[in-house]
Amino acid sequence: MLNIAKIKNGLVIDHIKAGQGLRIFNWLGLDKAGAPVAFIVNAPSRRMGKKDMLKIDETISIDYAVLGLIDRDITVNVIENEILTEKIHMRLPERVENVLVCKNPRCVTQIEKSAPQVFILTDRGAGTYRCEYCDEARGEVDLR
Amino acid sequence: MLKGRHLIGPRDFSLAENEALFDLAENMEAKPGDWLDVARGRILATLFFEPSTRTRLSFEAAMLRLGGGVVGFAEPGSSSAAKGESLADTIRTVSSYADVIAMRNPKEGAALLASRFSTVPVVNAGDGGHHHPTQTLTDLLTIRRLKGRAEGLTVGFCGDLKFGRTVHSLAQGLARYPGNRFVLVSPPELRVPDFITGEVFGKEGIPYEETDSLEEALPRLDVLYMTRVQKERFFNEEDYLRLKDAYILDAARMRLAKADLAVLHPLPRVNEIAAEIDSDPRAAYFAQVRYGMFARMALIASVLGVA
Repeated sequence: MLNIAKIKNGLVIDHIKAGQGLRIFNWLGLDKAGAPVAFIVNAPSRRMGKKDMLKIDETISIDYAVLGLIDRDITVNVIENEILTEKIHMRLPERVENVLVCKNPRCVTQIEKSAPQVFILTDRGAGTYRCEYCDEARGEVDLR
Repeated sequence: MLKGRHLIGPRDFSLAENEALFDLAENMEAKPGDWLDVARGRILATLFFEPSTRTRLSFEAAMLRLGGGVVGFAEPGSSSAAKGESLADTIRTVSSYADVIAMRNPKEGAALLASRFSTVPVVNAGDGGHHHPTQTLTDLLTIRRLKGRAEGLTVGFCGDLKFGRTVHSLAQGLARYPGNRFVLVSPPELRVPDFITGEVFGKEGIPYEETDSLEEALPRLDVLYMTRVQKERFFNEEDYLRLKDAYILDAARMRLAKADLAVLHPLPRVNEIAAEIDSDPRAAYFAQVRYGMFARMALIASVLGVA
């Protein structure tokens, strides 16, 4: 594996499905974060075969609900003074607002653009959501 | 109990709340004179962003019979939506004028959204192919009045069971009463969606069967709920033409049915019930229209808190 310098205080976003790393990088706006960031793609993984990783040399604030929606297998390692202090597993939120977008052309949210897009978790195991307005099963993750 | 509440979906009210509403509707039917003035000075706004003469007139007649007044529009062309106003703003404005709002809108979820911006109760008078809860109240009240109960019945649904929202809502409504069983009669293309057979019937262990033969189902039924194959639910004209005449209830088929069958239909019908059936005492669809008005009277009086 590539050698990337250890981070002192910050976050390691690990177990990102290979190919999804850039999406998360962009969503977190890491290009503008100011902190040094290492973006590793196709790192070997025993569990996943291949994975992407992000190492951020600063403890930035992240909405873990949204991160879990994008990829619920992700783990976030919190590093303090070069020591792993916390391992955060993603948990699907019961309700998300303005994260998922309803794709049902008959849904009121298609015309009422100011309305918040609300989705409710219907099955934690399957990771399925329904639009609170039209009951349609989850739309795509659209980070608006 | 229902004062100030919205009615958006078929399960918003508990079984006990529904039953209390039906008791009230029956009282209004029996003694209409007692209710002539209870809503005096109150205003119902009927906002119909999609035309529906029958439903709108039912709401308006209900309010007038309670002594209240009515404002509103019957089509979107005469509303501010035509000028591009958002639904949220329309509702904020109208709820400043009216004491209760009945709204029909072609977009699914429109009623829920409206309820979020309204300062007065919102009654969903149909949101696209999604919910139409006052039709369900109408259907349940009709069954209760004609059969004396809404439980222990064999109920047939016939026609478009895939897109027919009245079927989905009534099935969910009847599933809350004990001992009901369902016979679902449709062509394979228009079968009831999985969320009804799986989540409503399956989860609660409610017996149901699916068939494409109306003749086979008829002799067993206590209630037959006929539906129209709706052109506007199809994207493809060819499919509509092929399926629209799949089931026609006529005098010959009615001879197969029980003597105390009740035939319901949400109306308007096209040709799925032959006119020759109208004089059959088992034809209940025009009585159903009348019960719809009493159900809406009871609902309006309840959410206004004047019952």
